Amino acid sequence: MEHEVYTSEPGGIPQLDVSTFPNQIFWVLVTLVVIYFILTRIGLPRIGAVLAERRGTIANDLAAAEELRLRATEAEAAYTQALADARAEAGRIVAAARAEIQADLDAATAHADAEIAAKAAESEKRIAAIRESAMASVTEVAREAAQDIVAAFGVKADAEMIAAGVTARVKG
Amino acid sequence: MAAEGFAIHPMDQFIIRPLFGEGEVHWYTPTNMTLWLFFSVLAITALMVLGTRRRAIVPTRSQSMAELVYGFVYSMVEDVTGKDGVKYFPYVLTLFLFILFANVLGLVPLSFTSTSHVAVTATLALLVFFGVTILGFVNQGIGFLGMFWVTSAPLAIRPILAVIEIVSYFVRPVSHSIRLGGNLMAGHAVLKVFAGFAGALGVASVVPIFAITAIYALEVLVAVVQAYVFTILTCVYLRDAVHSHH
Repeated sequence: MEHEVYTSEPGGIPQLDVSTFPNQIFWVLVTLVVIYFILTRIGLPRIGAVLAERRGTIANDLAAAEELRLRATEAEAAYTQALADARAEAGRIVAAARAEIQADLDAATAHADAEIAAKAAESEKRIAAIRESAMASVTEVAREAAQDIVAAFGVKADAEMIAAGVTARVKG
Repeated sequence: MAAEGFAIHPMDQFIIRPLFGEGEVHWYTPTNMTLWLFFSVLAITALMVLGTRRRAIVPTRSQSMAELVYGFVYSMVEDVTGKDGVKYFPYVLTLFLFILFANVLGLVPLSFTSTSHVAVTATLALLVFFGVTILGFVNQGIGFLGMFWVTSAPLAIRPILAVIEIVSYFVRPVSHSIRLGGNLMAGHAVLKVFAGFAGALGVASVVPIFAITAIYALEVLVAVVQAYVFTILTCVYLRDAVHSHH
């Protein structure tokens, strides 16, 4: 390795060419200062703001998601409540309708029973009347038949006596 | 195989030339290094400013890369230096992005690798060294010197340890800068050597071309890892300045 100051001939090491050092140091310092100002004035505040904003957005979104979840739970509870209410209401309506129908039915049954009873009573009365008149007719026929029979035997019989005897027989 | 064709100059890629015309390189002369430093500024701007211009809650690809770098370096600073060190995050990120992009842009064929120059890496390392030292005294006053006095060791060997600690403290910028510059310089020189073989061997140049491919892949890894190493060491040094040792 030559010891003379390097001047672009091959053999020396350019890194050790002291004559270029002030130039290198000057330009490196300029470069560093420029990079530093570009970063601190524009780049870093911007990236820092974006990162902070993103963190904020993510936090907000998580909070919003949590709130939505709560509201969904509430809505579900309300829905369940409404469903239960509707079910209870329906049950009430069904029971009321059933009671009403039952009442109508009972009234109709009672009415029909009363009618049937009335009709039966009337029929019974008429049957009794018929039986009565039939019984009277039988008695009458029997008395006449008895008088005719007695007359045929040629006996003059008392009509009163025959009537009493027939009546007693028919009854007995 | 001509003698002319085998003239390999692996170090020529590192020569610093004036960007316009010929002549001496003054301290203010725009050089090829200046050009590539400018490109790294452009690339960083593209990533961190243009990539994030939409400020989207759901990031685009470029924005999520910018956020990834931001988050990566931020958590590195926070993990290593603690909550108190977070206020130095912009400085650390500046260093990380500069080294990363200088390294990666250096891998573009025909480009110039700024971070392969020890003057550049030494500037970075010395900035860290002086920055950390000044911060240490500002934050902890004279107590900052306590980091050289190892109270957990027996009293008898503390002075010896103090000497070792002080020497290692002052060696920090050397190792910090040479590690980065040396890695980059060596890698690029090796690539150039194999490229020279490839130009000279004719059909057999398949072998060096394969080797170049493999080494290039390695160099991509080195470019990223060295940026990471430089940054995390910066954080480790920063921790000394932010927290007292006891």
